[in-house]
Amino acid sequence: MADITSSLAAPARSTRRFRWSTLADHAILITGSLFMLLPLLVLLQTASTPDIETMKYGPGLYFGDQLDDNFRKAMFEASGFSGQNTGLSMFKNSLILGLGFAFGKIVIGMMAAYAIVYFRMRFATMAFWLIFTTLLLPLEVRILPSYEITQKLGLLNTYTGLIVPLIASATATFFFRQFFRSVPEELVEAARIDGAGPVKFFIDILVPLSQTMIAAMFIIMFVYGWNQYLWPTMITTEEGMYTLVRGIKQIVQVLEGNEIPQYGRANMLAIIAVIPPVAIVIFFQSWFVKGLTESDK
Amino acid sequence: MKRAGFTSRWLPIFLLVPQLSIILLFFYWPAAYAMKSSFFLQDPFGFGQTFVGLENYTSLFTSSEYLKVANFTVFFTVVVTFFSLSLALLLAVKADKVLRGAKTYRTLLMWVYAVAPPVAGFMGLILFNQRWGPLMEFFGLFGWEFEMGADYSDTAFAMIVISIWKQVPVNFIFFLSGLQAIPKAVREAALIDNRSASGRFWDVTFPLLAPTGFFLLIINITYALFDTFGVIDTVVRGEPSNNPMTLVYKVYVDGFRGNDLGGSSAQSVILMVLVLALTVFQFRMVERRIHYT
Amino acid sequence: MAKVTLDNVRKVYPNGVEAVTPASFDIKDGEFTVLVGPSGCGKSTLLRMIAGLEEITDGALTIGDRVVNDLDPADRDIAMVFQNYALYPHMTVRKNIAYGLKNRKTPKEVIEKKVAEAAKMLNLEEYLDRKPSQLSGGQRQRVAMGRAIVRDPSLFLFDEPLSNLDAKLRNQMRIEIKALQRRLGVTSIYVTHDQVEAMTMADRIIVLNGGKIEQIGTPSEIYHNPASTFVASFMGAPPMNLVAAELTDETLFFAGLQLPMKTDYRGPVTLGLRPEDLHIDPYGPLAMEVELIEELGAHRLLHGQIEDQRLTVHLSKETEVTTGPLRLSCHPTSLCLFHPQTGERMDCNPKVQSLSARKPQEQHS
Repeated sequence: MADITSSLAAPARSTRRFRWSTLADHAILITGSLFMLLPLLVLLQTASTPDIETMKYGPGLYFGDQLDDNFRKAMFEASGFSGQNTGLSMFKNSLILGLGFAFGKIVIGMMAAYAIVYFRMRFATMAFWLIFTTLLLPLEVRILPSYEITQKLGLLNTYTGLIVPLIASATATFFFRQFFRSVPEELVEAARIDGAGPVKFFIDILVPLSQTMIAAMFIIMFVYGWNQYLWPTMITTEEGMYTLVRGIKQIVQVLEGNEIPQYGRANMLAIIAVIPPVAIVIFFQSWFVKGLTESDK
Repeated sequence: MKRAGFTSRWLPIFLLVPQLSIILLFFYWPAAYAMKSSFFLQDPFGFGQTFVGLENYTSLFTSSEYLKVANFTVFFTVVVTFFSLSLALLLAVKADKVLRGAKTYRTLLMWVYAVAPPVAGFMGLILFNQRWGPLMEFFGLFGWEFEMGADYSDTAFAMIVISIWKQVPVNFIFFLSGLQAIPKAVREAALIDNRSASGRFWDVTFPLLAPTGFFLLIINITYALFDTFGVIDTVVRGEPSNNPMTLVYKVYVDGFRGNDLGGSSAQSVILMVLVLALTVFQFRMVERRIHYT
Repeated sequence: MAKVTLDNVRKVYPNGVEAVTPASFDIKDGEFTVLVGPSGCGKSTLLRMIAGLEEITDGALTIGDRVVNDLDPADRDIAMVFQNYALYPHMTVRKNIAYGLKNRKTPKEVIEKKVAEAAKMLNLEEYLDRKPSQLSGGQRQRVAMGRAIVRDPSLFLFDEPLSNLDAKLRNQMRIEIKALQRRLGVTSIYVTHDQVEAMTMADRIIVLNGGKIEQIGTPSEIYHNPASTFVASFMGAPPMNLVAAELTDETLFFAGLQLPMKTDYRGPVTLGLRPEDLHIDPYGPLAMEVELIEELGAHRLLHGQIEDQRLTVHLSKETEVTTGPLRLSCHPTSLCLFHPQTGERMDCNPKVQSLSARKPQEQHS
């Protein structure tokens, strides 16, 4: 009996405490969100304020009216010597890198994963290990030899040289392998009885079945490609080939200008570099989260 | 492989050729090249190379500068990993708990995932700006004259804060999805068995999150070692001089700027061994302990 | 329509495991044959070899009058229904059913007509434009059937098609499948581990154990004349009671039972008694200690021991019983004898047609 009364009493007593703890939870979450958001807000504020004001007073609490002016400067004025690395040209290169990388990675990964999962062949184990060993070593540890080889192949300052070496790891292949293995065995058997060969099965059944996975992978890979820094820094020396993220190096120099640094323009470029991947991640949040958390199981 | 796999002979080869040729060309060849170069001394003007055996390695381990960088890397990795994991766990637990605004919080806490590390570094440059950076002025209130780029420990502090800021979202996403994967029945059973919320967390939730946490531990170590390159390069503005840097950054500085291919390759090989050791450790742990299903 | 012939068909996996020892049997045109056995007995492997999803190591498989060993599944003129239905999740019911025909380059009008017919037959007309995920288990099962039907195959293959359904639906679908097969008259091979399905659906049952065929026969033959202790204990719920008995001097001895036999065999034997062949007889030769009574409504099951050997007795609902001692008798003609080591069936020729209740007791005393 005693047990029953105390367990009945507990909720009543805790109603009040419960409220306080909820408030604390929200306080923590709001602090966290602000911690995440604040740098972007500062960037936005300075990008909307005339540089001279920023110079005098630092970032303020109010937004100014310079956003479109700075946007125009950022997009259409070049910061280097060649006059080629305008925001627009960098944006274009970033887009090519992001899309090309995501597309290449997915197509190549799906093909290889399909071969590994659905075919009986000799050397299957060897192919598997050759491919999946690449998961172990990030590009950063073999950056110099990769550069040398790309240079030998005459691929410096080309989109091929920018994109293809980045594809040389098996993340997408591994992801699709995991997914294909989770596709019920009977599906391929039913398809075979229904008269579908390997190509037909891939196009009619497997690819449509993988739609969500492809979308998730595409988002993750696009963001990954767009955000590449070290490789583009090494491989592109012509300003016309710069991506936005690689261009950050140039933008940073602006901050050290002698007279009045073009804070507004620089910050606007940083914002432009951030918006596309962030927008995609926010917009396709559920796919993205699914792809991210399922890829590593 | 599937039970009823296709038996076509040329199709799988055709399917594998793109992947295999790319990794052979841009993975195995460079990796082998790095290993080979680590045993040679490169002429700075590109006129051939001489075999020096393990000299590149021994000179690294006797170089006080390299050891300093290694020490900083360890410190940096530990601090970044610890804080980004614990902050993310705290936020994920709270975001999992609240009923109102959960989706908004989720978005606000994860968007930074998509920010490139060098852009994060750039934001740091703005916040810690020497003339008017709001964080610099904030620290100034406490009498801390913050000098990023000039003072070793101040620069390290900025690097760490930015790296944590950039990494919290990934951890948050994984912890949250890990939390959401805990079966409702288990939570309810815990609710009946334990009255204290913190007791429930440490006795039930935390152990059930351990597989996620362990996986993230490896991811975070890898992040701190490699992916922070962009943050560091931006914060030091490409001028490492007296500033702190990590091992990967040193590979780049020595090899690309200093033209010391041999030494840089030896450093690469050391990092490769480090990553391999980490992976072996990961597999061992996954097999041995943290397994509930 | 076609008959199917297996001539020493055998399966050995690359790791050396022999999943199916050489199997030979004929399936008549239009016959419904059930392959039954516990999991791992090779029944699915056998079916998959017939389907062409698994390579045949040795032997010849004939469907109709073609040897099909080396033909692709799609060229064997078969249709298959899978345990988990294997519907294409991204296609509508209509497309699922039509996919096989489309791959065969069947004209559009023909496809439409056939799909409509099948949908009507299976009560799927309302669901043709839904995706499999919007259907119930039974409906998905019907779609899988529809996919098989439209192809007008000469052979239907079923791989445990009902095991993902709940008990009630299973009973219903069992009848539907059987009725459909009757109507279409297509030769069918059906794999299951459920002996009730085997008994109720089959024209002929093939019992498999450890990759070997234990017995082939009609349900009634299998039930009443099991070829081995394995078949005896596998078919029937509750299974046949198997107890240790002794044959000496042309007499079978089990507990209080002494039965004259025409036999030359002497020594221990395994005696098989179906639970429903035992009945209460106050003067019966068998003294059972009843430990538990399972009330099943239509009938009841008594569980207990006769001289330390466990037995189950099936009683009609009219009989009143309590736990404790009970005397039983049985019909001599319903007994089965098995070799105690090999488990194979032995001839059982009782010299008497009935066990007179009183006689053995009087002899005894």
